[in-house]
Amino acid sequence: MFTAFLIKYAEIGIKGKNRYLFEDALVHQINHALKKCEGKFFVHKTQGRIFVDALTDFDYEETVEQLKKVFGISGICPVVYVEDEGFERLCETVIQYLADVYPDRNRTFKVQARRARKNYPKESMEINMDMGEAILNAYPEMTVDVHHPDILLNIEIREKIYIYSEIIPGPGGMPVGTGGKAMLLLSGGIDSPVAGYMIAKRGVKIDAVYFHAPPYTSERAKQKVVDLARIVSAYTGPIYLHVINFTDIQLYIHEKCPHEELTIIMRRYMMRIAEHIARETDCLGLITGESIGQVASQTMTSLVATNEVCELPVYRPLIGFDKQEIVEISEKIGTFETSILPFEDCCTIFVAKHPVTKPNVKVIRRHEKNLEEQIDDLVKTALETEELIIVE
Amino acid sequence: MEVYFDNSATTQVLPEVAEQMMKIMCEDYGNPSSMHNKGLQAENYIRYARETMAKLLKVTEKELLFTSGGTESDNLAIMGAAYANARRGKHLITTQIEHPAVLQTMHHLEEQGFQVTYLPVNSFGVIRLEDLKRAMTPDTILVSIMHTNNEIGALEPIAEAGELIKKMNPFTLFHVDAVQGFGKAKIYPKRMHIDMLSISGHKIHGPKGVGLLYVGSNVKLQPILFGGGQQGNLRSGTENVPGAAGLAMAAELLYKNFDADIDYLYGLKKYFIEGLREMEGVRINGLLPDEPYGGGTAPHIVSVSFRGIRSEVLLHALEEKGIYVSAGSACSAKKPLPSATLKAIGLDKSLLESTLRFSFSILNTREEIDYTLKVLCDTMPVLRRYTRKA
Repeated sequence: MFTAFLIKYAEIGIKGKNRYLFEDALVHQINHALKKCEGKFFVHKTQGRIFVDALTDFDYEETVEQLKKVFGISGICPVVYVEDEGFERLCETVIQYLADVYPDRNRTFKVQARRARKNYPKESMEINMDMGEAILNAYPEMTVDVHHPDILLNIEIREKIYIYSEIIPGPGGMPVGTGGKAMLLLSGGIDSPVAGYMIAKRGVKIDAVYFHAPPYTSERAKQKVVDLARIVSAYTGPIYLHVINFTDIQLYIHEKCPHEELTIIMRRYMMRIAEHIARETDCLGLITGESIGQVASQTMTSLVATNEVCELPVYRPLIGFDKQEIVEISEKIGTFETSILPFEDCCTIFVAKHPVTKPNVKVIRRHEKNLEEQIDDLVKTALETEELIIVE
Repeated sequence: MEVYFDNSATTQVLPEVAEQMMKIMCEDYGNPSSMHNKGLQAENYIRYARETMAKLLKVTEKELLFTSGGTESDNLAIMGAAYANARRGKHLITTQIEHPAVLQTMHHLEEQGFQVTYLPVNSFGVIRLEDLKRAMTPDTILVSIMHTNNEIGALEPIAEAGELIKKMNPFTLFHVDAVQGFGKAKIYPKRMHIDMLSISGHKIHGPKGVGLLYVGSNVKLQPILFGGGQQGNLRSGTENVPGAAGLAMAAELLYKNFDADIDYLYGLKKYFIEGLREMEGVRINGLLPDEPYGGGTAPHIVSVSFRGIRSEVLLHALEEKGIYVSAGSACSAKKPLPSATLKAIGLDKSLLESTLRFSFSILNTREEIDYTLKVLCDTMPVLRRYTRKA
């Protein structure tokens, strides 16, 4: 029945002279998302709105699912296009439309006409009234409510006539690519994919880095991270995943530094390496899934210790979230099931029974001095041997 | 060097078996139930498979069913027999160390109102006949015991158990899961008082997705799949013709040099164990092949615990050197699930997550074992140096 979608966007509307940049990015992202759908579509901007016209048969559910993943869209309105064959014919079509879309018509409604084509014989107000009357005659169970209608029936008179009434909520946010690029530290856990999703939602393109520690972590653990990146990439577009072999660095820290500080020192090196790659790939910040107090390395004192090694801003969108709240988002975006697959990640293999929760930065720096002899070479080797996986 | 020591997980399909299957899939692809010649051609492959397997097991062709694998064979045997004989009693006996295909089926039947006794095993993974004797009641309709344990290679006293069961109650059915045992020991159901026997194709250099179930002609069984009524209405569904032929051909090839091959495998096992004994902090689980038989030990499985090394880490370290083995227990940092078998033999807690399984096939060589021993010698000290400190 539906042949097009009207795309509503929220925040872009308040942009000033840059507005076209955001709209063009949104059109681009919608086109990209629809590539995965059956059928052909034409995405176009018309008078400050974006329409997705279906040029062929298409799968309605699949298309809506894809559009719901495009950041920047606040609402998706399925639209019926009809030719102008006179007002009476239009009323019949609308009455049929209501029958199809609302099996239960015991509801209130309001007709909201917009006459973009000014040579149409009726004015907007006339259309509202006459159409309302026709509907009331056809469905006595329906009543008019002009303030809070259950059904807001939009009739737009253009070259063709557009009928729509439903708004399917979109993900909101801003089109990916309008906000620059950031480097996500992706582990195999629940938090980091959610963190990536949230920053991407603000229009940021995402690249990712994963620390792999064979033989302590397996190929399957790496595959799991690739799978997570793939799920996130449905929202963000292609992700460049940098896989860094961290084993030797980790073992070296294990050998030279106090055991309780292993995790915190390890994380400092992860941040340093991530920042290095970020700078080389034009990223403007790092993203982590940290949340205050969740584990020893995420207390505020620990965050001071891991934060001080980078100059780029570190974005921590989950910082004030409870685990349950994070789980809910991961379930919504579809990463949860994959995140909970039980594989070792490199943070847990050598973890001390009681890692420091209040690391003293000065002490940590002093202990890092123990690493001076080899650490630079090890980091260099790790960077040189990185594996790049393009995930989409 | 690539060394595949995970033959209890699955085996390489022999080239001649693969060729034969390819021919059946591409040329002789008929449905054995079709009335035309193309169907007859396919039926002939099934007939060949049946005749071959009947000969090897010394049973009649009518007593064989082709299934989708070991799991289906076990399910059909246990559920089919339990439901068909529930009128006579609702008690079942099995062991604590069965494969999940048996254990989970038993758990399912418990939910359906059956009672199940799980026999314990000694420290070598072998059941005690006294325990079996004590567990038998007039209500016992089925006993299911595995022939060869898949994790430590313990051989269960099948013939003795069969004799005991039938002496105590001739109506009690005896099922044997021989997925690991078939092809590694000669198994003759009729001599061993076995009523049902499960076999899998891919453990014997045959294809995946095909299994066999021997069902003695006097056994009442209820089907678990319903459909076109193939295979005497006990296993509906178009026969997996290439699979069945592949399984039979692999079995036939296996029986050609049977005794010599088994000797060869025992030779590999002994050779490997001798090498392991020279290493420190290594424990071999189950009986050793040179010890007097208490229930015996399979020729192809060696379960080894490496003190102070997590099995997953050692497995991946070996993998880096091209050596493929299995972890003796499926576990993870977050959800440790130590294996039921290793627990049942009373393995020390510290070793549960430090156990690997090496399983050989006739395609393996002593050179591969030499290489593996060398890699172990080189790797273990490094891995032991870096461990989780208390």
